[in-house]
Amino acid sequence: MKLITAVIKPFKLDDVKSALETFGVHGLTVGEVSGYGRQKGHTEVYRGAEYQVDFVPKVRLDVVVADEDAADVVDVIVKAASTGQIGDGKVWATPVDQLVRVRTGERGPDAL
Amino acid sequence: MIVDAGDTAWVLGAAALVLFMTPGLALFYGGMVRSKNVLAMMVQNLGAIAIVSVVWAIVAYSLAFGPDAGGGFIGTLRLAGLAHPNAQVPGYHLTVPPLAFAAFQMMFAVITAALLTGTGADRMRFSGFLVFAALWSIVVYAPIAHWVFSPEGWLFKRGVLDFAGGNVVEIDSGASALALAFVLGRRHGWPRDVMAPHSLPLTVVGAGILWFGWFGFNAGSALASGHVAAQAFVSTQLAACTGLLGWILVERWRTGHATTLGAASGVVAGLVAITPACGYVNSMAALLIGFLGGVTGVLAVSAKFRFGYDDALDVVGVHGACGVVGTLLLGVLAMHGAGAHLLGEQALAVIVTIAWAFTLTYAVAWLVERSVGLRVPRQVEIEGLDTVVHAESAYDFGNVRATRMG
Repeated sequence: MKLITAVIKPFKLDDVKSALETFGVHGLTVGEVSGYGRQKGHTEVYRGAEYQVDFVPKVRLDVVVADEDAADVVDVIVKAASTGQIGDGKVWATPVDQLVRVRTGERGPDAL
Repeated sequence: MIVDAGDTAWVLGAAALVLFMTPGLALFYGGMVRSKNVLAMMVQNLGAIAIVSVVWAIVAYSLAFGPDAGGGFIGTLRLAGLAHPNAQVPGYHLTVPPLAFAAFQMMFAVITAALLTGTGADRMRFSGFLVFAALWSIVVYAPIAHWVFSPEGWLFKRGVLDFAGGNVVEIDSGASALALAFVLGRRHGWPRDVMAPHSLPLTVVGAGILWFGWFGFNAGSALASGHVAAQAFVSTQLAACTGLLGWILVERWRTGHATTLGAASGVVAGLVAITPACGYVNSMAALLIGFLGGVTGVLAVSAKFRFGYDDALDVVGVHGACGVVGTLLLGVLAMHGAGAHLLGEQALAVIVTIAWAFTLTYAVAWLVERSVGLRVPRQVEIEGLDTVVHAESAYDFGNVRATRMG
């Protein structure tokens, strides 16, 4: 099993979710995060005092998939999250040692 | 004395409007501080209402508006405890019950003290502030009110004009704030650390409430319902509007952006500037005074960075500087009596008010800091006042995750 993690632009979440559901992935975990990379932040001004805000709001999504689906799921996410502009984000995969469904106790690929 | 129902209804209503300005100030300031300190700011304002109202009733009203003790410097204690509530207020020929006048003026004392929470933001001790506010009302506010607002006061007798508190409230609070900033010292991390407003929506709502209440503050100071109140009302509105425009115009030119905080601040700056003048100038003069107030404000708030004093929420810049501008402009724009002589008297009032307010506030603040303590310890300041001092969190969006004790 693989954990697929993606950091994407918040307004692309809908597109990514739809694309994943079409592919056959019917669940994911989403968090609101901040990040910066090549995308520049912005400045704010309060009564003449200027501040630089480097961090840009992003959405992080996590989903555990079977080994054989990992490469395809990464491609699905990348395609759906892309705008072609700086700040589109990144997607990566890491191995998962254990997976358990809390309600039933199912383990391993049965818990996917 | 003859009590006029219309005048009384207006003055009582105006008193309530002025009271509302202090919760409005709590929102205005509250939005400007960091979220870890918003409750502390708000409860200090509530506390100011409580402590100053009590002190006013017990002693400060009499010191301000009681029969003069000699020389036009201070009132006697004859009206202490709001005694003789039906006797005409010394020097006045009011058509409203004296108690209504006392209540109206109470709200002025309250908000003037409350303004000082803006200077001490993020680091002032709650208990210390309450003690400070009580002493300050007696030693700083009451004498200046007597000099300017009481017909037996020495500045009033010299012909100084202050319709609703340019000296008594605005310059007084501005100069006091400067002294308080010196005694308190800079916030930990100021000016390099980020101390941006956490909720400008709160600030804008607060500015709206201040705007609304200011009609009571200014038009209510006519102490009657009629032509003068109407002029004061209109002048107040026009100045608030040109204050906003003046601030954001300069801001846009200087920084490239017209900001929401700038607009809200400009409204206040215009209102501050017109406060001494509102019943004494015509409408077009009010436009000008408000505009110059806005321009003064946006420029004056930079002074603290240049001179290195941490007047956290710009009481010196917005209330002090704009109050001085309005008070002096009144000398040349008054409908009756404008000219060099009046300007000279206005300037005298400005100087005397600044000198008294600064010196006595410094003394009172120093005393409180040495005894009860006026500033919280550094670790408390870093952690945040709300959780440490008040055992509360302002915003729980499921992120606080408290568990019940005991």
